Amino acid sequence: METKSLTLIQAINEGMKTMLTEDENTLILGEDIGKNGGVFRATVDLQEEFGEKRVIDTPLSEAGFVGGAVGMALNGLRPIVEIQFLGFIYPAFEQIATHVTRIRTRTMGHYSIPMVIRAPFGAGVRSPEIHSDSVEALFTHLPGIKVVCPSTAYDAKGLLIASIEDPDPVLFLEPMRLYRGERNDVPSAKYSIELGKGERIQEGEDVTVLAWGAMIPVALKAAEHMKEQSVSCDVIDLRTLYPLDKDIIADSVQKTGRVVIVHEAHATGGVGSEITSVINDTAFLYLKAPIERVTGFDVPIPLFSLENEYLPTPGRVANAINKVITF
Amino acid sequence: MEDKYPLFQIVDTSGNLVSDDYDITEEQAKSYYYHMLRIRMYDQKGIALQRQGRIGTYVPFEGQEASQVGSALALKANDWMFPTYRDHGATLTFGADMDMMLLHWNGRIDGCVPSRVKNILPAAIPIATHIPHAAGVAMAETYKGTKNAAIAYFGDGATSEGDFHEGLNMASVFKAPAVFFNQNNGYAISLPVSKQMNSKTIAQKAASYGMSGIRVDGMDVFAVNEAVKEALDRARNGEGPTLIEAVTWRFGAHTTADDPSKYRDQEESDAKREKLDPVMRLERFMKNLNMWDEQWVSSIKKEIQVELDDAIASMESHEKASLDDMFDYVFEEPTWTIEEQKKAFMAQRGGQL
Repeated sequence: METKSLTLIQAINEGMKTMLTEDENTLILGEDIGKNGGVFRATVDLQEEFGEKRVIDTPLSEAGFVGGAVGMALNGLRPIVEIQFLGFIYPAFEQIATHVTRIRTRTMGHYSIPMVIRAPFGAGVRSPEIHSDSVEALFTHLPGIKVVCPSTAYDAKGLLIASIEDPDPVLFLEPMRLYRGERNDVPSAKYSIELGKGERIQEGEDVTVLAWGAMIPVALKAAEHMKEQSVSCDVIDLRTLYPLDKDIIADSVQKTGRVVIVHEAHATGGVGSEITSVINDTAFLYLKAPIERVTGFDVPIPLFSLENEYLPTPGRVANAINKVITF
Repeated sequence: MEDKYPLFQIVDTSGNLVSDDYDITEEQAKSYYYHMLRIRMYDQKGIALQRQGRIGTYVPFEGQEASQVGSALALKANDWMFPTYRDHGATLTFGADMDMMLLHWNGRIDGCVPSRVKNILPAAIPIATHIPHAAGVAMAETYKGTKNAAIAYFGDGATSEGDFHEGLNMASVFKAPAVFFNQNNGYAISLPVSKQMNSKTIAQKAASYGMSGIRVDGMDVFAVNEAVKEALDRARNGEGPTLIEAVTWRFGAHTTADDPSKYRDQEESDAKREKLDPVMRLERFMKNLNMWDEQWVSSIKKEIQVELDDAIASMESHEKASLDDMFDYVFEEPTWTIEEQKKAFMAQRGGQL
């Protein structure tokens, strides 16, 4: 099998290219994505290859082009829209909350909205205000949209293709801190990774560590540190935040009885709370310690002079692991 | 601005042709009259059914029949219609099923399912958010290389929303074959147009998008039909979208849950009806031209009454709402959370009390 060594953002470009090649009903819309290839270069060279009718530079108008993409999806196309940063999605929130997520229900399946909304998200790259938000829970709470978040180049391509092929809307969150991190061998051919499935990325016996996106390297580093203290961590990358992979969570927690959930989003009402509820329903009697969460705080994400203090660190995660081990 | 965007009229309030440019046949006049009478009778029935407790809150559109019929009859079969909750006159005229429309007012999702033969979206409840959809649907038609177009309906209040601007801007940038059909009926619930905007007309807003803007007498079915037809022709020819302001008046309340006497002088409104009523105007026009035939009118009234009675019977005999409907259409395949919630709910519905 032919593979290429790619960064996460290159794999996203590959995923879109694969689907633009395969299906002429697939289009991309967004700000600065055409000639400029996107502010992060996710769509680099795609307009040149597929033309201005399929890789569309839109006006600076999130509600306009998300709403426009709803119309395209109603009319049989499969639009992918790029929101430049997740924090810029708010003008389109009404479109997502009142139409993207509801049109299938509203029309009893007569119309559906097979669209993907891609959005770089998260802190840690010294961006200005609003560019660092992690508000995935606003969307996992809305019925009618799936929420996906890869942490590796391999997963990024496979999950993006699965999202584009999904018959329902998907919010595809891209951890921008990992855009140009580690490279993976990514198959050049088309492949997809089933939505709703997490992956055990490190096998362990003593404690379950659940994370996604840019928190995966943080969790792995903490797990590495704990290994030196003879604590072995079962580290799981959830990959899809709605619907959660209940089975992988239950399986791991029933084995370890101890849990640390890591996310960079604010604590209250974060996806971590929902995971806690899944554990309550599936592994309550197996728990040996209260579930620990290591999260961002209930404060607006600070400007970058303090963003590293806001973000969970391997040290904070290791402290939490120690806490559940020694409970 | 009123000078720059004069009110386009073909038949004046006395029912006289204002220009020799238009030739109206008896067949045309009768067709318009039939459709306007049909939706007016439907509208009156809707209010009555709500008063009798046979449907939920109803949104009347009396006064806007010419705007809705004139615009809907300008469309071609494969065009797309994006109505609001006050545009069921237009959707019925374009081809929505009457019993399904009534079912919608009865709180049933079945009533939202579009007509099987036409691209009619369910009534938009949020304000202005369907305007970008019309732009996108129209862009997709261009992408596919068809000559189909889209029309979005919205009121005067909607022009204050951001999505109005974003939708019109998008559509104009991409020359989307769309018509943005505004019915300026004077009020957004209680707020008069004078407090909604500082601009004298809605049509003038088109200028900021480099778009054609037309102000038409929304009580003149002929003028509305002509203006929408011309806009659709421009759209199909790649000349881009048009903003049409149909100046009309909401004779009644915002909804059956609203009391307009709290915020406007209803006597003044009733006086407007005497002068402006679009159905009366068409009747005057037909009488002036000897097209009026009492026998024909009473026969179509009977015909419409039968259609209404049948639709009401069909609505009332519709199977009860199914619990499955609440769960089964969120995704193509239900997620496990929905499946588990449905199963648990079905097993203990109502609980112990």
